[in-house]
Amino acid sequence: MLRGAANGDRAAAERMTLAVLAGLLLLVAVVAIGVGPSGLSPDRVVALLAAGPGTDRFPVSESIIVWQIRLPRVLMGAIIGAALAVAGATLQGLFRNPLADPGLVGVSPGAALAAVAVIVLGNGILAPLVQPLGIFALPIAAFVGALLSTFLLYTIATRGGRTSVATLLLAGIALGAFSGAITGFFLFLSDDDQLRDITFWTLGGLGGTTWLKLFACGPIMLAAVLASPVLARGLNALTLGESEAFHLGLEVQRMKTLAIVLVAGAVGASVAAAGIIGFVGIIVPHLLRLAVGADHRFLLPGSALLGAALLVLADALARTVAAPAELPIGIITAAIGAPFFLWLLLRRRGLLGV
Amino acid sequence: MKIHQIFGMIGLAFGLIAASPSFADEGSDPQRIVSVGGAVTEIVYALGHGDAIVGVDSTSTYPPEARAKPDVGYMRQLSAEGVIALQPDLLLIEQGSGPAEALSLLKASGVPVITVPSGHEAGALRSKIATVAEALGEEEAGAELGQTVMDELASLKADLEAIEDRKRVLFILSLADGRPTAGGSGTGADAMIEMAGGLNVFADVEGYKRLSSESVATLRPEVIVMMDRGTAAEHGSTDPFAIPALAASPAGEAEALIRMDALFLLGFGPRTPAAARELAAKLYPERIEAGSSESASQ
Repeated sequence: MLRGAANGDRAAAERMTLAVLAGLLLLVAVVAIGVGPSGLSPDRVVALLAAGPGTDRFPVSESIIVWQIRLPRVLMGAIIGAALAVAGATLQGLFRNPLADPGLVGVSPGAALAAVAVIVLGNGILAPLVQPLGIFALPIAAFVGALLSTFLLYTIATRGGRTSVATLLLAGIALGAFSGAITGFFLFLSDDDQLRDITFWTLGGLGGTTWLKLFACGPIMLAAVLASPVLARGLNALTLGESEAFHLGLEVQRMKTLAIVLVAGAVGASVAAAGIIGFVGIIVPHLLRLAVGADHRFLLPGSALLGAALLVLADALARTVAAPAELPIGIITAAIGAPFFLWLLLRRRGLLGV
Repeated sequence: MKIHQIFGMIGLAFGLIAASPSFADEGSDPQRIVSVGGAVTEIVYALGHGDAIVGVDSTSTYPPEARAKPDVGYMRQLSAEGVIALQPDLLLIEQGSGPAEALSLLKASGVPVITVPSGHEAGALRSKIATVAEALGEEEAGAELGQTVMDELASLKADLEAIEDRKRVLFILSLADGRPTAGGSGTGADAMIEMAGGLNVFADVEGYKRLSSESVATLRPEVIVMMDRGTAAEHGSTDPFAIPALAASPAGEAEALIRMDALFLLGFGPRTPAAARELAAKLYPERIEAGSSESASQ
C-alpha cells in the first residue's frame, strides 16, 4: 500500500514537472521572440506577428527581424535543445554511463572532421564538391560526416547480429582520437580566417538560422524527439543490465539500433544547423534525474522540454548580451548550466545513479 | 499554422533573398555607416566620414576613435539583428565577411551592402579605396587618395631598386608558449616584406605556420619582424632571442629585431605605404629614408 502511494506520488510529481517544463518553454519562447538588440517594444512584436510575414503595414526591416530572424531562431533553438537533450538521455541510458554524450558514438567527431575539411579545403581540392553546394556545403558535410562515422562505429561494434556496448564505447574513443588527428592536420593547413571560422563553429550558434535550414533539419530532429518515448521501457529495463533486460523479454538489439539511429539523426541534424553545442545533452537529463527521477518514460519528454527551454534562453542571451555582436551559444549553455548543475550536485550528493 | 502559410513563409524567405535590393545610390551622403574590416574603417576615416560611422567590427582598431564605436563582433560572425538595430544606411564589408545568411537578411531588410575587395597588392589597395569612396560619394577624394598610395609605393620601390643585397627577413606572428609561428607565402606579412624590399626566408611555407627550431639554421634570418601589441606581454614571452635557435641565427647575433604596430603593418589600408617605408627604413637604415613625421607617428 505504502509502495503504491509512493509510486502514485512520483507519477504525480512527474506529471507536474512536465506541465511546469512545458509552461517554462512557452514562457521562454515568448520572451525570446520579444527581445533582441533592436529594442522593438513587446506590443510592436505582437502586432508584427499578427500582421503576418511580408506585411506592408510595418517597415520591412522590422518585419524581417521578427519573421526572418527571431521566429526561426526560437523554433530552431527549441528543436535543437530538445533533440540534444533527448539524445543525451538516450545515450546515458544505453551506455549506463553518466558521461555518455554524442561524441561517444562518433557523431560529433565525424561531423567536426567533415565540417573542418569543408572550411579548410573548400577552396582547394574539395572545391568541385563544395562550390556547387554553396552555403549548404557545411551543413550537408556535417550531417553526412556524423552519420558515416556513427555507421562505421556501429559496424565495428556489431558481431553476429549483436552490438557490444563496451566495444562501441572503446572503439568510439579510438575513432574519436583518429578523427581528431585528421581534424588537427586540417587545422595545421588552415589560414587565420579559417581557424577563426572553425573555432566559432565548434562553439555553436544559431546566427545562420533560416526558414530553409529549419525546414531541412527540423523534421529529422522532431521525428527523433517524438519517437524517443518508444525507447523508454527498454532503457528502464537496461538499467538492470543487458542480460537481465534480455531475460525480461526485451529485444535489446533492436533497441540499440533504434537508439543509435535516433541519436545520429538528431545530433547530426543539429550539428548541421548550428555547429557543435555542448553541454545540453549532458546536463539536462542529469538535472531531471537529480530533481525528479530516472524513469525514462518521464526523463525523455522532460529532457526534450527542458533542453528546448534552456537553448531558447541561451540563444536569447547570446543575441543580446554582447549586442550588436553575438556570443557563441556554447559559451552560454555551459555558463548557465555548469554552476546550476554543480549546485544541484552538491545539494543532492550521492543521488547521481544512472 | 496552416500549411499554405508555411509555404508562403518559405517563399517569402527565398523572395527576399533573391530580391536583394541594391539601392546604394552613388553620390548619396550616408549618415549611419557600419564599417566592417580594419582597412575599410581606416579608409572611411581617411576620407573624412568617420563621424558617420555608427558601428565597426572587432578588427577595426584604427584610428583610436574607431574603438569607441559599437562593436558588431568579428567580421565573419556578424549578427543580422545586431547590425539592423544600428539602423545603418550603408553597410561596408570587407570581402570574406559573413555569414552569408546574415548578409542576405541584411540586404533583404533594405540596408545597402557594399563589398570592399580584400588583398595585399598595390592594385588591391587602390580598388579598396575606390570602392569605399564611391559608396561615400567621394569619388574625387578617393581617386586622389588612391593615387597618393600608388605614388608612395612606387617611389619606395624606386628607392629600393638600388639595393642589391636584400635582407633575409623572418616574420614572427606569435611566440606563444615559446613556439614561434612564422609568416609564409600568401600572408600579409609576406606581401609587406616584399614591399619593404626584404626577402621572406619562410616563403617556401604557405600561410602562418609553426617554425621548427632546426629549420632556423637553414633559413638564416638576418632580421626578425614582429608585431607590437602594446604593453601587454603576449603569453609571457615577447623576446624571440630567448629561443636558442633564434638567438644563434644571424638576426640573434646582431640583435636585429623590428617591432611594428599590428594594424599599421598588416592592415593593408591607406597607411600601408607609410608602413612599408618605415619597415624598409628599419631594414636599410643607410639607404632608405624614413617617411614624413605624419606617417611615422604611431
